[in-house]
Amino acid sequence: MSHAAALSGVQDDPHGEHPVTSTGLDNKKLAIWAFIGSECMLFASLISTYLIYKGRSVVGPYPHDPCGPPNCSANFPAILNIPVTSASTFVLLMSSLAMVLALAAVENADQPMPTEFGARLLRSSKLWLWMTAILGTTFLGFQAYEFTSFVHEGLTIRTNLFGSSFFTLTGFHGAHVTAGVLWLLTLLAIDYRRGLGPKDAINVDLAALYWHFVDVVWIAIFTLVYLIK
Amino acid sequence: MAHDNAPEHHANVDHTAMGIEKEHPTWSTYWKVAVILTLITVVEVWVYYIPSFVASRGFVPTLLVLSAVKFAIVVLFYMHLRYDHKLFRAVFTGPLIIAMTTIVALMFLFGHLRIGAGAAG
Repeated sequence: MSHAAALSGVQDDPHGEHPVTSTGLDNKKLAIWAFIGSECMLFASLISTYLIYKGRSVVGPYPHDPCGPPNCSANFPAILNIPVTSASTFVLLMSSLAMVLALAAVENADQPMPTEFGARLLRSSKLWLWMTAILGTTFLGFQAYEFTSFVHEGLTIRTNLFGSSFFTLTGFHGAHVTAGVLWLLTLLAIDYRRGLGPKDAINVDLAALYWHFVDVVWIAIFTLVYLIK
Repeated sequence: MAHDNAPEHHANVDHTAMGIEKEHPTWSTYWKVAVILTLITVVEVWVYYIPSFVASRGFVPTLLVLSAVKFAIVVLFYMHLRYDHKLFRAVFTGPLIIAMTTIVALMFLFGHLRIGAGAAG
């Protein structure tokens, strides 16, 4: 037992694979859950800011109502594009499925490879990590399209209260998705370099938890911002 | 499919350190969850396009319930909170409750919600 471990009352792992903690749990996983908990409060503050300012914009464009002169420079329909956002929501949901399949593939990497084509596909961590990253990037593409079209229709972050709170909330979420995609790409780089196996499951699990959290935040945003009028 | 019945041993996965108390779901469960999430999303968007329902008092509660169900399904099955150590549950649900309470409190504070009057117009 090391001196530091003896002082803390934590015994070294006899196999030398990971340090035994006082909780018996991996500190990295505990940390990511604590981080996710703090992120809940960050997004709660952004969502509540949006909801407080909802319906209080003096000038248009407005999210769910048409707008014309003098409140808008021209006649605009409701600015939110529900079909496009529904498609991007579906894309993000499917990325969560791909992520959980990537984790399952890593956990089972040391099992004998099945002969059936479908089962072999399920065991490819590279495939599912790529799928997750591509779907995440597609979601970001939808968001870029949405932001661009809003700006062309006269809504910027400085136009009105709706624009300020909307761009801040969805922009923060988009930044989180971007960070998640970069995290996935680093996992892919490791997978190509030396392969991901069951020993790496904890690291893939951390990325998966973050990715699913980004998904559940969007579930809340989709309902509260886009669907509820 | 063959993989549906295949046992998942994860022999070299450190279950204890990852806080896994019960075996994670099978691939087929993940696919079923995805289908359920998609169906709920379809219902959410479908009701959005029914003007009579949008104008009714049940519209907002329905969307909030459907959204909460989706949220819970992802957290329980994809984030494995249903299968993992209870300390993770506490570390997540504690701040989540604080966050939701904060939103509701701010809604009351700024007059968007009123006791006995429902949602303010």
